Amino acid sequence: MNDMKQIKHHLTEPLLMGYAAGTLPEAFNLVVATHITMCDTCRAALAEYEAVGGEVMLKSDPVDVAEDALAATMALIDSGAVAEKPAPVRVQSSIFPGPLQDYVSGDIDSLKWRKVGGGVSQLVLQTSSEASVRLLRIPAGTAVPDHGHHGTELTLVLQGAFTDAEDRFGAGDVEVANEDLHHTPVAEEGVDCICLAATDAPLRFNGLVPRLAQRFIGI
Amino acid sequence: MLTENTSLAKVDAPAPAAPYGEAKSQRVSKAGKRVVTGELTSKRMEWVVQIYAVRDEKDRSAFAELFAYFAPRVKSFLMKSGASPDLAEECTQEVMATLWNKAHMFDPTKASVSTWIFTIARNRKIDLLRKQRRPEPEDLPWGPEAEPDQTEAIGLQQETEQLGKALATLPPEQRTLIERAYFGDLSHSEIAAETGLPLGTIKSRIRLALDRLRHAMK
Repeated sequence: MNDMKQIKHHLTEPLLMGYAAGTLPEAFNLVVATHITMCDTCRAALAEYEAVGGEVMLKSDPVDVAEDALAATMALIDSGAVAEKPAPVRVQSSIFPGPLQDYVSGDIDSLKWRKVGGGVSQLVLQTSSEASVRLLRIPAGTAVPDHGHHGTELTLVLQGAFTDAEDRFGAGDVEVANEDLHHTPVAEEGVDCICLAATDAPLRFNGLVPRLAQRFIGI
Repeated sequence: MLTENTSLAKVDAPAPAAPYGEAKSQRVSKAGKRVVTGELTSKRMEWVVQIYAVRDEKDRSAFAELFAYFAPRVKSFLMKSGASPDLAEECTQEVMATLWNKAHMFDPTKASVSTWIFTIARNRKIDLLRKQRRPEPEDLPWGPEAEPDQTEAIGLQQETEQLGKALATLPPEQRTLIERAYFGDLSHSEIAAETGLPLGTIKSRIRLALDRLRHAMK
């Protein structure tokens, strides 16, 4: 899983910092956590940003806790109310890295994919509403309709690869696109390209039919 | 904004031999061997020892000392992140109880106590304040369990201390920007509009401190 040698496109500083600070929408956190599971470089970088967070916390002006706070905390400990939950069961063989398995049950072929046109299928995952995240399945050799973005779109490749005007993105690579980028990702020949894509705004497809489809499929 | 690629994290290929000149690599290679601990670093090692006492002996007085220092800072972080005083109080107690329960997970060669408690507080903030699920990276597979190396632990605590000092010496407006980013008080567009990326463009001494910290974490 940690085939970092092949990963060329990494998370950006604001994403790592936002994850470390706990300020990103859940959909983005899912992409970040999934990428870090696959990428030792970004895992190390995250540890740095968390260290910065620790120092920021250390230097913030202390606020008095309740007089009985320590006693209340000991009572909380003794009650067992905050005991650790067992770690979720995860499957090693899945193409879905651990964090994603908590959102998806089953493997590629057993999922309830919905067709979104052009042979592309998607599966929207349940997260908080500030941003949305979906799995995309792009058949080998197929192009995703040309689209721009209102906000930020993160696309993490889980299997296969796609190429757009920017570069080639293979397994583990993450593309961070903003409103300046209009792109037409094309899946490479070979295996279907499976991506995890998060956006904090609706995608903007160019052309009437995709726009109708957009309304219909809710992206 | 998020597309800026000046990321600290972005590491293509092997890093250039010496972005900060030879002095850097020499200092880093010595870092692990330095055992001279300043007053503040020894305070950090004291925290480590206190966590071990909680882990091994269920030592309530060691816990009380950690509590006295960290609980008011955790509460401060949570209130600055938008929690009401009551919620921050409740949340702080849960964070400290989690510290007790997870003391066996703490590894001083991977994180300073301040970093570790921050991540617990951050997680609680997402659960309680933001009411969201919290996707976390899969842990790396563990090798045979070994007691963390003391020298490595000291090196990491020292480098974290240096990072804290580097942050403290930033000009106030830059430090405020970083604080606001961590308190969730800064939108991405604000980060872009202000002095640029919070860490990427700020003073090479932060970068230097982070580089050394990264070496210490290995």
